[in-house]
Amino acid sequence: MKIDKNTINKIARLSRIKLDDKESEDYIKDLNSILDWVEQLNEVNTENVEPLSNISSSILPKREDVSNDTNSSEEILENAPDKLEGFFAVPKVVE
Amino acid sequence: MPKSSLKQTLKDLDTKKISIRELNQDYLKRIKENENLNVFIHFSEDNVLKQLDNLENDNSAKKLKGIPIAIKDLFCTKSMPTTAASKILENFNPTYESFVTQKLLDEGSIFVGKTNLDEFAMGSATNTSFFGNTINPLSKENEPLAPGGSSGGSAAAVAADLCLGATGTDTGGSIRQPASFCGVVGIKPTYGLCSRWGIAAFASSLDQAGIFSHNVEDASILLQSIAGFDQRDSTSAKVDIPNYFENLDDDLNGKTVGIPKEYSIDGTPMEISQIWEDAIKVLEKKGVKIKNISLPHTKYALPTYYIIAPAEASSNLARYDGVKYGFRSDEIDSLDEMYENTRAQGFGREVKRRILIGTYVLSAGYYDAYYLKAQKVRKLIADDFNKAFKECDFIVTPTAPSAAFPLNEKQNDPIKMYLNDVFTVPASLAGLPGISIPFGKDKNNLPLGIQILGKHFDEQQVFNAAVSLERSYE
Repeated sequence: MKIDKNTINKIARLSRIKLDDKESEDYIKDLNSILDWVEQLNEVNTENVEPLSNISSSILPKREDVSNDTNSSEEILENAPDKLEGFFAVPKVVE
Repeated sequence: MPKSSLKQTLKDLDTKKISIRELNQDYLKRIKENENLNVFIHFSEDNVLKQLDNLENDNSAKKLKGIPIAIKDLFCTKSMPTTAASKILENFNPTYESFVTQKLLDEGSIFVGKTNLDEFAMGSATNTSFFGNTINPLSKENEPLAPGGSSGGSAAAVAADLCLGATGTDTGGSIRQPASFCGVVGIKPTYGLCSRWGIAAFASSLDQAGIFSHNVEDASILLQSIAGFDQRDSTSAKVDIPNYFENLDDDLNGKTVGIPKEYSIDGTPMEISQIWEDAIKVLEKKGVKIKNISLPHTKYALPTYYIIAPAEASSNLARYDGVKYGFRSDEIDSLDEMYENTRAQGFGREVKRRILIGTYVLSAGYYDAYYLKAQKVRKLIADDFNKAFKECDFIVTPTAPSAAFPLNEKQNDPIKMYLNDVFTVPASLAGLPGISIPFGKDKNNLPLGIQILGKHFDEQQVFNAAVSLERSYE
């Protein structure tokens, strides 16, 4: 088994998602079955194969290097759950 | 009732057989009659009437003037909220317009509403939406069927004739599979043909916008409208967009179709093998050479996809943190608590599952074994297609391994659900254009789909083969 209680807690923490015990149990089961299933990729010989990260990499266009000055802070803040004097507001971080 | 067609409607508007207002009132009426299908996350009659008023005062000639179009609720729209079918974006009102929807607005189309989808486009049945299931319009009474997914709302909107076309997005089959389930046409163009600007990101190396329509001609008109280069999307392609509709040519004499043997999969229903054979026979009669081809890494496409897509999703969805937009939890004793509770309460089960798996395959010590390995296999899958296309002009396969399944079918096993995408995922990994067209029915009289794949940016060939098959079937 690749994913145990410790691992799921670690991933949940990295993902910033709080899980309760029942959810942890469910995800341990789901993730293990998915990881067992993807294991079949090990049958494929990928020696000397370049990883493909971007299908369109050969045709990436360039643009002019010009600056573009816009002030859209009001628009950017429009959907913020909490804002203060032109900034996003979050709970106090420093005690 | 004659089948709706965008092409015919444009003619009727042109000859004043019908007015823009009459046309849209007809559609509004049908939308209200079909509320039980839960096709729309956002629908406002007032909003549609306002667009109508504006258009009536606009004397300029526009290609899609007054045409009712439904928009998948993954495209940011200024005039309507955008939720991605997630609680975490429940109250999000974009301050900017997506590239694709802007193009449709520029051409004068009317947005009838924002359609339902699987949360963040993660699913194959439109059953992971925070706003409830969409019901396939082809369902019999008391036996609701799934519309497929993730663009199930858009596919259903076209099938129920609530619009003359709809936008969708396709990451591993999210346009083609629901098109097959709902008996409509759905095209996912080449990766890079339509800008991703303003589309809520799922898996950026795979996401691509596309079109649902009543027929292939209509799809060719609408795809041309939403395609084009955009410097705000770094993977947007600078290619000439042909007039697909004007260039449509159903004469396939002398062309070669590739039939991949790896798409004969154990357990595929007889009826699906049968329509595949029927399609091949039709093509043969039209003078198309049949070429058996091999795409040897096909069986590895799904596991490859289910590493790459969640990995990219876990990174893309990191932005939903309760700070910049969207939902924020009330339980916020500290900043970390706020993040963790916001994301725990804001995301649904399937989205969390994919974020967790994506985080795992990208985490220290596992990156090479999973993510890098998957990217290498992806290269082999793309190479398979490149080799195959040296011997053929297009490829024909079934779209999905089943017809629409019951809405309430238990979906406890994620891998079983993922198998819905078995025929659509390989082309997604290779970035190829693919269309699904209705072709035949199963024993319950439900539509089945045939998929046509083409070379990169050869949408014209895909449309030509599709229109040829469509005309022979009608």
